[in-house]
Amino acid sequence: MTKPAISVQSLTKTYDSGLIALDDINLDIAQGEIFALLGPNGAGKTTLISAICGIIRVSDGIIEICGHDHTKEYRIARGKIGLVPQELTTDAFETVWNTVSFSRGLFGKPKNPAFIEEILKDLSLWDKKDEQIRKLSGGMKRRVMIAKALSHEPEILFLDEPSAGVDVELRKSMWRQIRRLRDNGTTIILTTHYIEEAEEMADRIGIINKGKLILIEEKKTLMKKLGKKELILELYSKVTEIPTPLADYNLLLSENGKRLTFTYDPSKKNNGVAELLDHLKDSGIKCKDIDTRQSSLEDIFVTLVGQS
Amino acid sequence: MNFHGILSIYKFEMGRTMRTLGQSIASPVISTILYFIVFGSAIGSNIGDIDGVKYGAFIVPGLIMLTVLSQSIANASFGIYFPRFTGTIYEILSAPLSFVEITIGYVGAAATKAIIIGIIVLTTAGFFVPLEIQHPIWMAFFLVITCVTFSLLGFIIGIWADGFEKLQLIPLLIITPLTFLGGSFYSISMLPPFWQSVSMFNPVVYLISGFRWSFYESSDVSLATSVTMILVFLSLCIGIIAWIFKTGYRLRN
Ligand SMILES: Nc1ncnc2c1ncn2[C@@H]1O[C@H](COP(=O)(O)OP(=O)(O)O)[C@@H](O)[C@H]1O
Ligand SMILES: [Mg+2]
Repeated sequence: MTKPAISVQSLTKTYDSGLIALDDINLDIAQGEIFALLGPNGAGKTTLISAICGIIRVSDGIIEICGHDHTKEYRIARGKIGLVPQELTTDAFETVWNTVSFSRGLFGKPKNPAFIEEILKDLSLWDKKDEQIRKLSGGMKRRVMIAKALSHEPEILFLDEPSAGVDVELRKSMWRQIRRLRDNGTTIILTTHYIEEAEEMADRIGIINKGKLILIEEKKTLMKKLGKKELILELYSKVTEIPTPLADYNLLLSENGKRLTFTYDPSKKNNGVAELLDHLKDSGIKCKDIDTRQSSLEDIFVTLVGQS
Repeated sequence: MNFHGILSIYKFEMGRTMRTLGQSIASPVISTILYFIVFGSAIGSNIGDIDGVKYGAFIVPGLIMLTVLSQSIANASFGIYFPRFTGTIYEILSAPLSFVEITIGYVGAAATKAIIIGIIVLTTAGFFVPLEIQHPIWMAFFLVITCVTFSLLGFIIGIWADGFEKLQLIPLLIITPLTFLGGSFYSISMLPPFWQSVSMFNPVVYLISGFRWSFYESSDVSLATSVTMILVFLSLCIGIIAWIFKTGYRLRN
C-alpha cells in the first residue's frame, strides 16, 4: 500500500499570543489527489500549510510526508513539497529566470535550464524571463510564484488561496494547469474560501473552521447529496399509504401523511417530475402547495460553520 | 549537505551586492580618503611616529578594520532581515536546508563582500602612504576571521531586529563607539592608565591590535591574546546562532 502523501495526526498549533490556530487536526491526503481545504478567513488554513511545510513550529502532533517525519527527516520531507504562499512575496529586483532558478537551487537540485524553460513556457512567462519581477502585473507575479514552487519538481504542491486577487481568465488557466499537474501524478492541496473553486477542482474537500476540521468528504459524495433537488408536496388531505402506481418514485411520506417528498436529479431531462404530477392527479391526490429545495455546498458550509 | 542550496543563497546575496556595487564601494573609499586627508595629512603631520611607525601608516590597519566591521554587520544584518521583512523568507524556511547551511550562505556572502571592500580600502590607502605588510598570512587571517565573526554578529542582529530602526541601532550605539575607541587612530598606551584598563573590555582593541601587528609588528596586546579574543568572540556568535536556530527565535514562530 502506498503511504499517504500527507499524514497529519493530532496536530495542534498555539501561537505565542495564546491563540489556538489548529486544534487536534487529523488528516490523510492520498498521493495524486486534489484536496481542497475550505474555510472562512482566519480558520487556520495558512497555519496548517505553514506547519506542514516547516515554516512554523507545531505545538503538538505528527506530520509525515510520504511516510517521512517532517522534522526528523526534514530534508526528504521538504524536498517533496512545493509551496505557493497566499501573499505575493517576491524579490522585486530579481529577474523571473533568476528567481525560479534560485528556488530550484535552494531545494538542492542541480541546474536544469531546459526544465525551467518548460515551466516558464507552460505558465506563459517565457517572454518575461529577463524582466524584473517588480515590473510584472499581479497575475504574472502569482504565476512566477507557481513557477518557483514547481522548479524543483515537487511531488506535492500547496496552493494557498491561488485565486485571491486573480481575474477569471487567469483562474481558469490556473485550474487547467493544476489539472495537468494532477494528471502527471502530483498531489495538490489548495485552500480557498471560494466554494466554486473547491467544487470545480477537488477530489476531496475538507472544511476547516476556528482551527478544527469539521468535515472531510469525497466531493462526489458531497455533490450527490448536494446535486439532488427535492420536490415537496403539501397535500390537501391526509394519505395513509402511497398508492401502488407511485411506488417507483421512492416517495417519502411525512407530516402525518400530509407531505410527500420526491428527490430527483434536476440535471436529467427525464427526471420524473412531470410524470409524477400526472400520476398524482390520476390517483386523486390533490396538492395544496408545491415547493422545491436544493441544498448546495454553500448551504452545508454555512450550516457547518455556523454550528461549530 | 545541500550544496546547491548554500550556493543559491550565496549567489543570490552576491548578486544583490553586485547590483549595488558602486555605492557599496564608493562610500568606504570616499570615507577612507577623507580620513587620510583629515587624520593622515592635516592632523597626522603634527603627530609624531607611534612605535616607530609614521602616523599616516599607523592608522591604515585601524581604518580597514573600521570599514570591514561596519560592512560585515550591515551586509549580514540586511541580508537576513530583508527577506523577513518582505516575507520571502518562507522559501528559505520551507527548503530542505539546515540552519548551518542557511548561515553559511548568508554569512559567507556578507563576509566575502566585506573582505573585498577591505582590500579596496587597503589599495586606496596605498595611494597615500607606502604600505608594508610584515606578515601577509596573518593579515589575511585577521581580515577573514574578523569579517566572518562580524558577519555572524550582523546575522544575529538581522534576526533579532523587528524594524529598520533596530537594524541601525546596534551598529550606531555599540559598534561605532567600540571601533572608534578601539585604537584605530591611537595606540592604547597613549591613554591614561584607567582608560587603558577600560579599553581591555573592548573586543575591537584586540582585533585592531592583532591586525596592526601583522602590518608593523607593533601591537597593544600580544598576538596570542588577540587571536584568543577573536576566537572567543567568534565562538560566542556561533553559540548564539545555534541557540536561535534551535529555538526558532524570530524565524519559526
Ligand atoms: N503569526 C501569528 N501569530 C499569532 N496569530 C496568528 C499568526 N498567524 C495567524 N494567526 C492567527 O491564526 C488564525 C488562523 O490564521 P490563518 O491560518 O492565516 O487563517 P486562514 O489562512 O484560514 O485565513 C487567525 O486567527 C490569525 O489571526
Ligand atoms: Mg490564509
